[in-house]
Amino acid sequence: MTDQRSQAEIVRKSLKRRYRTERRFRLYGILAIFIALASLFILFADIISKGHTGFVKTTITLEVTLDSGMMYLDDPTDKDQWSSADFKAPIIAALQAQVPEAASAAEKRELGRFLGTFADSEIRDLLTKNPELLNTTQTIEFPAHDRVSVYVKHADNPRYSIKLSEQQQRWVDELLQKGIIDTSFNDVLFSRGDSREPANAGVLGAIVGSLLTMLVTLAISFPVGISAAVYLEEFAPQNKLTDFIEVNINNLAAVPSIIFGLLGLAVFINLFGMPRSVPVVGGLVLALMTLPTIIISSRAAIKSVPPSIREAAEGVGASKMQVVLHHVVPLAMPGMLTGSIIGMAQALGETAPLLLIGMVAFIVDVPDGLFSSATVLPVQIYLWASSSEQGFVELASAAIMVLLTFMIIMNALAIWLRKRLERRW
Amino acid sequence: MNTMSPSISAEADMQSKGAAVPVPEHKRKDTLMEDKPEDTVIEEGKTVGKPFTDNPKFKLRNVDVSYGADRAIKNISLDIGRNEVIAFIGPSGCGKSTFLRCLNRMNDSIEICRVKGSFELDGQNIYESKRDVVELRARVGMVFQKPNPFPKSIYDNVAYGPRIHGLANRKSELDDIVENSLRKAGLWNEAKDRLDAMATGMSGGQQQRLCIARAIAVSPEVILMDEPCSALDPIATARVEELIAEMSESYTIVIVTHSMQQAARVSNRTAYFHMGHLVEVNKTDTVFTSPQHPLTESYITGRFG
Repeated sequence: MTDQRSQAEIVRKSLKRRYRTERRFRLYGILAIFIALASLFILFADIISKGHTGFVKTTITLEVTLDSGMMYLDDPTDKDQWSSADFKAPIIAALQAQVPEAASAAEKRELGRFLGTFADSEIRDLLTKNPELLNTTQTIEFPAHDRVSVYVKHADNPRYSIKLSEQQQRWVDELLQKGIIDTSFNDVLFSRGDSREPANAGVLGAIVGSLLTMLVTLAISFPVGISAAVYLEEFAPQNKLTDFIEVNINNLAAVPSIIFGLLGLAVFINLFGMPRSVPVVGGLVLALMTLPTIIISSRAAIKSVPPSIREAAEGVGASKMQVVLHHVVPLAMPGMLTGSIIGMAQALGETAPLLLIGMVAFIVDVPDGLFSSATVLPVQIYLWASSSEQGFVELASAAIMVLLTFMIIMNALAIWLRKRLERRW
Repeated sequence: MNTMSPSISAEADMQSKGAAVPVPEHKRKDTLMEDKPEDTVIEEGKTVGKPFTDNPKFKLRNVDVSYGADRAIKNISLDIGRNEVIAFIGPSGCGKSTFLRCLNRMNDSIEICRVKGSFELDGQNIYESKRDVVELRARVGMVFQKPNPFPKSIYDNVAYGPRIHGLANRKSELDDIVENSLRKAGLWNEAKDRLDAMATGMSGGQQQRLCIARAIAVSPEVILMDEPCSALDPIATARVEELIAEMSESYTIVIVTHSMQQAARVSNRTAYFHMGHLVEVNKTDTVFTSPQHPLTESYITGRFG
């Protein structure tokens, strides 16, 4: 009896210590989660605080009298006259009407610099399309120059330097008060390709480029990856060769992505003579990079199909092929899809291999096919983040938000698919 | 007449063996048991009782199965009669499940498994290389230890076999097969209103009867059951046992069981396995009332296993 009592005593003494250890262990876990969430929060807060202004554009709306005498232009459809015509003159005149203070030629020139570089070509395009508008008065919205935009949006932000003189700042304030200069949602961001001017630059080109590239990646890596996984898991004999293949697939998953870029450059471009900076080559390179991820996750999904289901199917006389196609693959599908979507999300955010195959070029047009020059979202971010114009900084952050939105959508899709397709047995 | 001779010789064998193989004297006299039945030497390939029958469904001779270096089945010969229920009993790891799985070549997919000996189903060797395992499994169905319905509807579970074998040309034929199979498995009344419901939502007993219906649906000649009731409660077990009794009219049934009462209730013949040997085969009554081998006696009286 005494023996037992002393044993209980020992247990009771150790209990306190055990519970303390347990509490400490739980605390570590909570701390880890807190750190993870906090860093995520800081990341998002930083990007959003820097980038939300990227979704706002500064415009100058003017009533422009398209006077043919002022522009030295009789017939807007005659291209020979374009070189000698002054399309900017009516805009400056309209602006000067709002800022009477600017009377001298130098001051007028300064006023003209409020507008983006492409303001005159906007007038030219308008007149070429609608020649009947010549000698009429039109209300036209022009993108403001980066300097004006930065002043309007970031006058109080010490991280931006204002590049307008005191006088110019006074003029802008005056125009702001009159409502000539205004800010609105930046639809240009989603309707244009890249540009030298932040006011005219958009991510549409990069989004389309990314989608085309992902299309190629998906079309190649998904069927190839799943076929490889099914064959390796279900049909291949267990021998040295398959072991070797398995080790190498795992190794491939760990190869730095830039190596895949070099491979793409050497094989697809130099050896096969495919063009540079096109979505097909980008997609091929990313498919190679994504394949190991898809194969590994698909094999894990196939392995997790319970053997009882295989036995059940074999027991009623299903052939190997029928067991695989009717039972194993459908049951493994949620896992395979999750792995593939996560692989695709990885590929969507990949920059390094695409730099090497020339998708880093400055491309203004929105790509219209798998073989037209394109860039992708992460590369666009890289390009903008290293630009000197201040307006590109916020555009880069805005593009990061667009990219993150796509990734969140893809991950949500993966979770939704898994929940929907998951079967219990 | 031909098949009689082995049976007689086996009987003679048994008698000689009963006399010739004395239980070895135990070294430790202080143990309660005078002799440890596990230590009984079993002569390979010697089976007491009546392992052979006239006009058998399955004729199995000198069967040897090994997993790598482990010999799981040691030179077993046995006949399985037509429309009989034969029960395989024995302690865990005695090879009864392995032997059962050889009968429809379920061991094929285990790479290290080597099967030797002759397996004849209606006089045809089932392990012949030109013999298709799919056809064999359509003739020899199987019900497993744990109910393993496909994660599909009840209807699709039963219809799966007929579909892949192309047994029904029209939807109505398939409907008939499904209904008949479910009726035979005693599940029709419970399932007829929810044929489209997921099979995995049924109770364990219902799932096991569904698996039986699924096996019946391809109209096999033999049904192998690997401890079909081990995961079921007594009431569900009783239903399945009833079912086995009904099915024995039209099918040959081989059942592996750990429950000796179950073997006694459902089977016509009982085979006792021990450490990869087939020790004794006889009419179930005989095995349970007057076992002829000391090991069988020890097992059915609960001295080990």
